[in-house]
Amino acid sequence: MIGSPDLVAFTKDDDFGEVYVDPCLLPEEFSVPLFTHVGNSNPWSKTSYAKFSKDFILISEFSEQVGPQPLLTIPDESKVCGTFDLNYFSLRIMSVDYQASFVGHPPGSNYPKLNFVEDSKVVLGDSKEGAFAYVHHLTLYDLEARGFVRPFCMAYISADERKIMQQFQELSSEFSKASECLKTGNRKAFANELIKKLKDLEYTRTVLHKETELQKKNTGCYSTQAIEKANELANVEKSIYEHKDLLRQITSYPNRKRKDCEFLPYDSVKPSDSNEVDQKSTSNESNPEDQSEIISSKRRPSYTPQLIKGKSAKCFDKRLKTLEELCDLYFFHQTMDQLRLIESTFRGDLCYIYTKQIDQALLKKQKITNFLFEEYKDWEEEEALKEFCGGNLIPTDNLPPICIVPDEAETLESHTSCIEGAHTKMEPETSEEGLQEAELTESSPCDLTQETSDEGADAEMRGSLSSADSGEVTGPETALHVERPPESSDSSADPQPQCAEVAGGNTVSASDSSDDSAEVPSATFSLVPECPRASYQSAIYEEEPTVKVCTDVAHKLESPVLSQEVKDNGVLKTGTVVQVDAACCMGQEGLVYEEPSPELAQECCADAVIKQEPQSCLQRDSTLQADFTLSATALAEGPSTGLSPFEQNPDSLSDEISRMYLDDVSDSTSFMSTSTNSDRTSSPFLYGNSLTVKQKKRAGQNALRFIRQYPFAQQAIFCLLSGRTLVVLGVDERTVRKLVNALSIFVPNLGKYGETVQPWLSSPFQLTDLQNWKLIGLHRMASPTGSSMLHSLNRYSRYISILDTDQKTLRCPPYRGALIGRMADHRTQIKRGSTYFMHVQCLLTQLCSRAFLYTFCHHLHLPISPSEDQVSVASRRTAFLQQHLGYNEEDSKMVQFLSELIKHYYLQGPSRTVGPPVFCVSYIPSFLYKI
Amino acid sequence: MLRWILGGRESQGAVEKNTVLFIGEEQPKNSYTELQVLKGHFDIVRFLVQIDDFRFASAGDDGLVLVWNVQTGERLQELRGHSQQVTAMTAYSWSGGSAAHAALITASSDRTLSLWDPETGNRVQTVSDLQSSAKCLLVLDRLDLWISGGNELCVWNRDFHLLCKTDHHSDAGNTAMVELPKNCIAAAVDKDIVIYRLCVTSSKMDTSIAEIRRLTDHHDSIRALITVSDQMFASGSHVGELIVWDSLDWTIRAYERILWDEPHPDGQTEIKLGSQKQSEMSVQHLASDGECIVAAVGSGLYLYNVSSRSVVAYRKAAHDSSVLHTMLLPEGQLMSCSADGSVRMWELQDLPLPAEPASAGFFGMWTFGRASKHASQQAKKVPEVPGLRTLELTGDLIGHSGAVQMFVNFGDAGLVTCSADHLVIVWKNGERESRARSLALFHKLEQNQGL
Repeated sequence: MIGSPDLVAFTKDDDFGEVYVDPCLLPEEFSVPLFTHVGNSNPWSKTSYAKFSKDFILISEFSEQVGPQPLLTIPDESKVCGTFDLNYFSLRIMSVDYQASFVGHPPGSNYPKLNFVEDSKVVLGDSKEGAFAYVHHLTLYDLEARGFVRPFCMAYISADERKIMQQFQELSSEFSKASECLKTGNRKAFANELIKKLKDLEYTRTVLHKETELQKKNTGCYSTQAIEKANELANVEKSIYEHKDLLRQITSYPNRKRKDCEFLPYDSVKPSDSNEVDQKSTSNESNPEDQSEIISSKRRPSYTPQLIKGKSAKCFDKRLKTLEELCDLYFFHQTMDQLRLIESTFRGDLCYIYTKQIDQALLKKQKITNFLFEEYKDWEEEEALKEFCGGNLIPTDNLPPICIVPDEAETLESHTSCIEGAHTKMEPETSEEGLQEAELTESSPCDLTQETSDEGADAEMRGSLSSADSGEVTGPETALHVERPPESSDSSADPQPQCAEVAGGNTVSASDSSDDSAEVPSATFSLVPECPRASYQSAIYEEEPTVKVCTDVAHKLESPVLSQEVKDNGVLKTGTVVQVDAACCMGQEGLVYEEPSPELAQECCADAVIKQEPQSCLQRDSTLQADFTLSATALAEGPSTGLSPFEQNPDSLSDEISRMYLDDVSDSTSFMSTSTNSDRTSSPFLYGNSLTVKQKKRAGQNALRFIRQYPFAQQAIFCLLSGRTLVVLGVDERTVRKLVNALSIFVPNLGKYGETVQPWLSSPFQLTDLQNWKLIGLHRMASPTGSSMLHSLNRYSRYISILDTDQKTLRCPPYRGALIGRMADHRTQIKRGSTYFMHVQCLLTQLCSRAFLYTFCHHLHLPISPSEDQVSVASRRTAFLQQHLGYNEEDSKMVQFLSELIKHYYLQGPSRTVGPPVFCVSYIPSFLYKI
Repeated sequence: MLRWILGGRESQGAVEKNTVLFIGEEQPKNSYTELQVLKGHFDIVRFLVQIDDFRFASAGDDGLVLVWNVQTGERLQELRGHSQQVTAMTAYSWSGGSAAHAALITASSDRTLSLWDPETGNRVQTVSDLQSSAKCLLVLDRLDLWISGGNELCVWNRDFHLLCKTDHHSDAGNTAMVELPKNCIAAAVDKDIVIYRLCVTSSKMDTSIAEIRRLTDHHDSIRALITVSDQMFASGSHVGELIVWDSLDWTIRAYERILWDEPHPDGQTEIKLGSQKQSEMSVQHLASDGECIVAAVGSGLYLYNVSSRSVVAYRKAAHDSSVLHTMLLPEGQLMSCSADGSVRMWELQDLPLPAEPASAGFFGMWTFGRASKHASQQAKKVPEVPGLRTLELTGDLIGHSGAVQMFVNFGDAGLVTCSADHLVIVWKNGERESRARSLALFHKLEQNQGL
């Protein structure tokens, strides 16, 4: 068994130039059969031949007592693993650990030396088990362990090989965070342990010292006993010295390694400048150590040192520390949270992950209007991250075609860690490896400078790797047999190189097998950990089937119909309007204003272009870029491009698919049913969970019911979209809550936790409540409280609309526009709630884009010439809304309201800092609508 | 109970306890379409004072003085120091050195007077252990002095040195003061108006104050005292007397008795007074623009032209409850706030048919009670005055849930109201604010060099 692991190819030996695929060529997926497993008709049943039902994370350790053993899985359910043999798989994944985590007496010194080993990241497959894994090896320190190290590994196990391969970068960076967190906690715990041990030793020394003195006094001459004692004392002295040195080493952990973790578990200050990083991280680094010292000094009186026996217990007698004990508890829980996050992020099919990533990338681009209707994600944090890495900021359109999604943050992360790795490797410690160093210095500038560093590095790596005769290097200790998995051969065009790095155990043996195979684990630091990442990119590049899958999804789901509908709508609506307006924009632009319009145009176009791209994850990405630049320049230069700025409903589609897909997944399979609810609140790392999407989907169903049931649904929606607070009044809590839930999908700027909605209120509300809540479910009570509540309803009746669920009436201003008609047609053919939700989302996005345009169109708000007065600007504004957009008074009001929200958001940012919120009202008569 | 909530607006009138006019929700002339609620007080907010173009201070029964930015709604300073409710507050500004200094003087029931720097929030000066708490404050800019009025009048200089003070009055105390020409001051003490003269020497340290005249024409305690112009000041009493005085010789220019009641034979007026609820005729507040005086009488409004000595317009039931503060705006606009929690905006309009004033807004006949001694010919006016106009309601601001104590108008920047519900609300012109935000947006866009 151990002799036949399926190792997946990490590299290939094409030249860089050949790797690049001309975007004009016919995409390869058209020439290849779409689905290889013809016998198995269900393309989704990927996991059918695997012995586990869903992806999971496995943590294993190579125990010095019992060998490889699984420790825990995430999610921690027995049914996840099914019949999958965790023990066997632990053996597999632990046996590929190549690392020379050498602790002992290096030639130069006579005391132990700790090595701060880089984590290694490998991909490994087991065709028999139908399992593929991303394996992240790390070592933790344990004073009682052999060589002070305990090898661990975290593995992401999936039945889908491509998922592992193509998400390698993301997996790697996410797991690195987890590992970094775990190791930080471990260092802290280790330092504590050392301090305790030192105390014991010092105590032992004093005891021994006293005894020898006593004996000397008693006998006067040196007996054998005395000599023994003296020897023992000397041993203790030596031990103290060694432990002190260990403590020094662990506390002076190479700081710059911390640089690559933007993820500081106990994050305090983010270093802003890379020059300062060293300094800063020194201070950062000193944190836990300081703490530990403080703790230890505090403990000093409480901790009673123990006498240490001359001979330590046999290693098999003692109990090894558990993972939890090895690590500071806080950090351990942080790590678990991070792993859980990884699990939820990579849950589902690859295609779903892709669409999600595309979705997020697109949403990132329209950060100005996202807050209105999109679910909350922390764009801001990522923004900050980008700025933090400012030195090597990546222009988006410069991305290499292999980067599926321009997920800048992700790329950057790994990017910096790449550089980091290079730096580390250039440490003088590794001076023996002259050759490697030369290579490294070659590759590092390209890491630093080029955006396409992955490929650059890849080229370099490949050079060095393929110069080794073959990938099949066999380490003497672990005796790994390297073999290509059959699956990988059809996907990767060039299966030649195997990763040498997988081969080694704690050995340097590979280096004597051949001079050229310098990449094989060397004594100390190695390039290897970075290597697979670099090479995996090219592996990805070869993968066609993904595209097929994506297209499949697009066709399979209902969305084409929908998208057609959307497009039709878009065309119908914009076709006439666009030209006029574009011309108008451009005309004005020439006259007055300089800055805003180009950006505007670009933004619009970028979105508009990407909109057509939900299925083209990979190959067509370059086309996408081409389109992007083309249209951007075209629009900036002349008005007559086919792309309308109005067609920017990009996320609607991709969003739809992702949501849709999620729905399908969650509907059809049971494993999505795990609640993410607790995650959401417990973990600070969590973002992008599917909770809100699910909620909204359910809301979609309710909303659909609402618009079918109530003929005045349009008016109610109009209230919400024009910023008038809607009060849902009723006796029955369930009915009211349901209705509030249904209507919540129409509330702009819902907030991260839906702060602007109050689903159930049993006390009278105040004016300030109206300011904060845009949708209120109100309990109708026959009590004094009830009457005072009705009093407040009456008092503020001009600011609110009242939907009475008991009498089925609505009191609100009239709506005569056309916009909501499409959103809430009670004769709608849409059957499913999720479909309806996406339909609404689509129209809302369209509305958003118009509000965006309205807000950022310079001449609509400012005079073109100094002689112009406010009246003519106002009339231009009205003309824009009514003639160009074709909106009547009420529709315009919605755009204006959204525009105000955008202004507020743009001026103040997500957090209101200055002053209380502004409450906009309008003095319009209300009417009573009955069913 | 529920029907009226969801029903049409016509049924709402039934709920109102008296048939005050109801404007409804359509208010095209109401430009205050944006509001900001400023929270910070813990008790009734009674005073608002404008400090400069963008700042104002609010104070009330919680003893707190808060300084706000009217444009952003930001709370700039929190002036803490008074242990009891603030009884009077005024802005004090002087131009010393290069820049103009602005300060706030507050008086509190804890018998202290404090000078605050709204810039830093520091209590610059404070005087405690006064014999009585000050109920009113008057700054004499010309003399660079200020006067606090409680049971006695105290004259202070800028450094909070007491220069002189009057004898102890009866327990009624001063409720209002106005500055008159020739270093004179008129102070309302219960039913009387006392005229004091300040003797200011160059050194100012031996300033003295002396009572020179006592005007005893009011029949009930004086509720309001204002300066109309250089030549005139006016006072209103609890029983609806409105007297316009000559500032120089302190004689009566005009005497009006406002009675929201059916006409009575002259002789019966005095008798009827007892039966009538006095609060309905009480002059709560007076405001003037030099030409007209608007009096808040009970829950009604009364507009009086000083030069023609005639009633311009009136509305008996302008609010549901007593009117607490009024203001005259240019172009015949008028604003009033009341204990019913609303602010109403009025416009002076010609009556469609002067001969038949019984329009919807006409709630009963009116008359002037003829005063016994100083009955002048002006009081003999008849209702069919050709110049009589009407006050039309153009809009109302609803937001407070307690009595609106007073308001301050910042013009374009908005209107600030304070109320017994502990809130201060800034009402703004939504369109103007939207424009301002657009400007700011493009400014920021320029700064950021694009999105």
